[in-house]
Amino acid sequence: MTGELGQVALCFALALSLVMAGAGLAGVRQANAAARGIAVSATLGLLVFTALAFGALTYAYVTSDFSIQTVANNSNTLKPLIYRISGVWGNHEGSMLLWLLVLALYAALVALLGRGGPRLTSGAVGLQGLLAVAFLLFILFTSTPFLRLDPAPFEGAGLNPLLQDIGLALHPPMLYAGYVGLSASFAYAAAALMVGERGWARAARPFMLLAWIALTCGIALGSWWAYYELGWGGFWFWDPVENASLMPWLIATALLHSALATERSGAFRTWSLLLAITGFSLSLIGTFLVRSGVLSSVHSFASDPARGFFIMVLIALAIGGALALFALRAHTLQGGASFEPVSRETTLLLNNVFLVAACACVFVGTLYPLVLDAVSGTKISVGPPYYALTFAPIFFALLLLVPLGPRLGWKRGDLKAAWRALYPALGLAGVAALAVLALISPRTVTATLAFAVAGWLIGASLLDIRKRKGARASAFAAALAHAGLGVTLMGVAGTTAWRSEALEVLGPGQTMQVGPYILRFDGVARVEGPNYIADQGRLALMDGGKVKAMLRPEQRFYPAENQSVSDTAIRTTGLRDLYVALGDDRGQGRFAIRAYVSPLAPFIWLGGLVMALGGILSLFGRLRLRAPAPEDAAESQAQAAE
Amino acid sequence: MNSRKKRRLAFVLALVAAGGVLAAAVIYQLGQNTMYFRSPTDVATGQVPEGVAFRLGGLVAAGSVARGPGAQVRFAVSDGQHAVPVTFKGVLPALFREGQGVVTLGAVNGTGNFIATEVLAKHDEKYMPPEVVESLKRSGHWKEGEQ
Repeated sequence: MTGELGQVALCFALALSLVMAGAGLAGVRQANAAARGIAVSATLGLLVFTALAFGALTYAYVTSDFSIQTVANNSNTLKPLIYRISGVWGNHEGSMLLWLLVLALYAALVALLGRGGPRLTSGAVGLQGLLAVAFLLFILFTSTPFLRLDPAPFEGAGLNPLLQDIGLALHPPMLYAGYVGLSASFAYAAAALMVGERGWARAARPFMLLAWIALTCGIALGSWWAYYELGWGGFWFWDPVENASLMPWLIATALLHSALATERSGAFRTWSLLLAITGFSLSLIGTFLVRSGVLSSVHSFASDPARGFFIMVLIALAIGGALALFALRAHTLQGGASFEPVSRETTLLLNNVFLVAACACVFVGTLYPLVLDAVSGTKISVGPPYYALTFAPIFFALLLLVPLGPRLGWKRGDLKAAWRALYPALGLAGVAALAVLALISPRTVTATLAFAVAGWLIGASLLDIRKRKGARASAFAAALAHAGLGVTLMGVAGTTAWRSEALEVLGPGQTMQVGPYILRFDGVARVEGPNYIADQGRLALMDGGKVKAMLRPEQRFYPAENQSVSDTAIRTTGLRDLYVALGDDRGQGRFAIRAYVSPLAPFIWLGGLVMALGGILSLFGRLRLRAPAPEDAAESQAQAAE
Repeated sequence: MNSRKKRRLAFVLALVAAGGVLAAAVIYQLGQNTMYFRSPTDVATGQVPEGVAFRLGGLVAAGSVARGPGAQVRFAVSDGQHAVPVTFKGVLPALFREGQGVVTLGAVNGTGNFIATEVLAKHDEKYMPPEVVESLKRSGHWKEGEQ
C-alpha cells in the first residue's frame, strides 16, 4: 500500500508544483496578494506531499518491502537500520526523490521567510516551482522509486558495501543541500532579472550561505570517506565525480564574495547574477555527470540513456533560459557604484577572477576526456599532475591575497595602512616557514611556502578576531572561514610532503616499520558483523618491548552483495595519523599490509569544519542583526558623485 | 578617453592577457598529463611506446595470478585476443579476482612487461568499468547483456 501511496503523493506534488509555478510567476508582473497566497500554500503542499512520498519509500526500506523494485535491488533484511535508511538515497531513484525533497524544503523557506520585494519572492518561488515540475516529471517518467515487482523476491540484493558507511550515509544529503541550495540563488537571480530588482543579492544571501555551508561539509565528508575507506591513504583523487562537487563550491564561494560587494555598494551586480546562474548550472552538470553513467565510479548507479537525455534537456532549458533572460534583461540592473583600484571591491574582484579561473581549470580537466571520447572515441584520463600545475598555483595566489581584502575600505582603501596592520601576520608566516625548515625533514619548497601562507592566513584571522571585538558578526565569520583555509592548507601540505608509507607481507610475529612506528603483526581472526564476515588483522603498535595499542584493520566480505571491502584502522594523535590497511591473503597466515603515517591529516577536514562554522556564524549573525540595507544609501551617494 | 575609461581598458587588457596565459598553461598541461586508455591488443601489436604511462584495461586472465616475492604480484590482463603480463607491487583492491574486470595504471618496460603503479577494481561483481567493456568490444569478445 505504501508504495502506491508514495506514487499518488508524487502525482499530487506534480499538480501542486504546477500551481506553484503558475501562481508564483503570475505574481511577477504585479504584486498580487491572492496569487502569493496560492503560491505559498502550493509550496507548503509540495513539501508535505514530497515528504509523504519520501516517508513512504523510507518505510518500505525500513520494513524491507521487497515487492518494491528499488528496495529489492538496494536493500536486504540483514542490513543494520541506519544503512537501510541511507539505502533510500543510495540508488538513483531514491536519490532523485531526496533531491526533490530538499528542493521543496528550500522552496518553502523562500516562500515563508524570503525577504526582498513581493514580486521578487513570488518570481523565485515560481521558478523553483518550475524546477520542481521538471524533476517530478523526471522522477515519474524515467525513475519512479515505487515500481512493483511481482512476485516479490524473498530477499533483497543489498547495497554496495562501500556505501554502507556513516560518512557516505550523510554525504549525499549534505551535498544535495548544497546543490539544491544553489537553486534558490539561481531562482532569485532569474526572478531579479524578470522583475528588475536591484536588491536581490541581499534577499538571496541566506540561501547562498546555506548552500555553501552544506557544500563545504558535503565535500569534506566525501573526502574523509575516501581517505579512510578506499585504503589508499589519499584524501582527494581529482576524480571527475569529486570535481563535479568542487566546481559548484568554487563558484558558490565566488558568489558569496561578489554578492557581498553587490549588497554593499551595488558593484558587480550583473556579474553576481551570472555567478548565481553558473553555480546552479554546474550543480546540474555535476548531477548529470554523476548520474548518467558516463563516469565509472561508485556514484554512477545506473546508466539509462533516457535519464541522461532527460537531464541534458533539463540542463539546456535551465541554463539556456537563464542566460537568455540575462542577455535580454541584465542591462536593466546595470550601474553599480565605481571604486578605486585600491579598495575592498578590487580584492573581491581578484578573488572572483582567481576562483573562476580555478574552476575553469577543473572544468576543462573534467570534461576534456568526455568531449574527446565523444568526438574521436579516444579514451584518456587527466591525472592529478594536471591539477597540481594549473589549479594549485591559482588557488595559492588567491590565498596570498585573502588577508588584504577585509583590511581595505569599500570604494577606497589604504594599502599601506592595511599592509602595516598585517605585520604580525607576516611575522607568523615567517616563523611558520622557519619552523618547518628547521624542524621537519625532508625540506621541500612547496611545504615551506604552504606553511608560510597558512601562517599568513591564520595570523590575519587572529588579528581580525582580536581587533574587531564587538564588530559585526560577519567580520568574525569571515575571519573564521579564512582561518579554516589555512588549517586545511597545513593538512594538505603536511600529508603531501611528509607522508611515510610502507608495504610488507608479514607472517604472524613479524614486524614492520613505518615512519617512527614499529608494528607487529599478530595474525588474523575471523569476526562477524551484522551483515558481513571479516578477516580482522591484529597489529600491535610497539613501544620498546611493550604493546602500546592494537590496530584492527579488516577485510569485510558481504555475502548478500557478494562483495568485499577493506576497513582501515586509523590511530590519530590529532597531529598525525597512523593508518593501516589489511591487504590480500598471501598464504600460510601471511598478509600484505599497507601502512602510512600521515602528518597533519586531520587538519584537512578540521579546516573544512572551521570554514563551515564561519558560514554558520555569518548566517546566524545576519538573521539576528537584520542590519538596514546600506545599498540604497551607497547608491545615491555614487549617483551624486557621478 | 577619460581616466576611468583608460583604467577600465587596462583592466580588461590585463584580464585578457591573464586569460590567455591560463588557457595556454591549461592546454600545455593537458597535453603533458593525459593518460590514454589502451587494450591488451594495442600493447601486443606494438602500438604503445615503451615507458609512456597509460591505462590498461581488460579481464584478469584465469590462472595468471602469482604472488611474491614480497609484496609483488604478477598477473595477466586479457581482452580475449591478447594478454599482457603485469607486475605490481602493492595491495590489490578487495574486489580483485581472476576473470574480473580491472583497470591498471602504469607503463610497458623493455621486456614487454606492464609495470603497474595502481590497480583499480573497486566495482561490484555486476559492474564492468566502461573502459573494460570498450576493450572487450574492440577485440570482439563482448557479449551483449553480459552486465
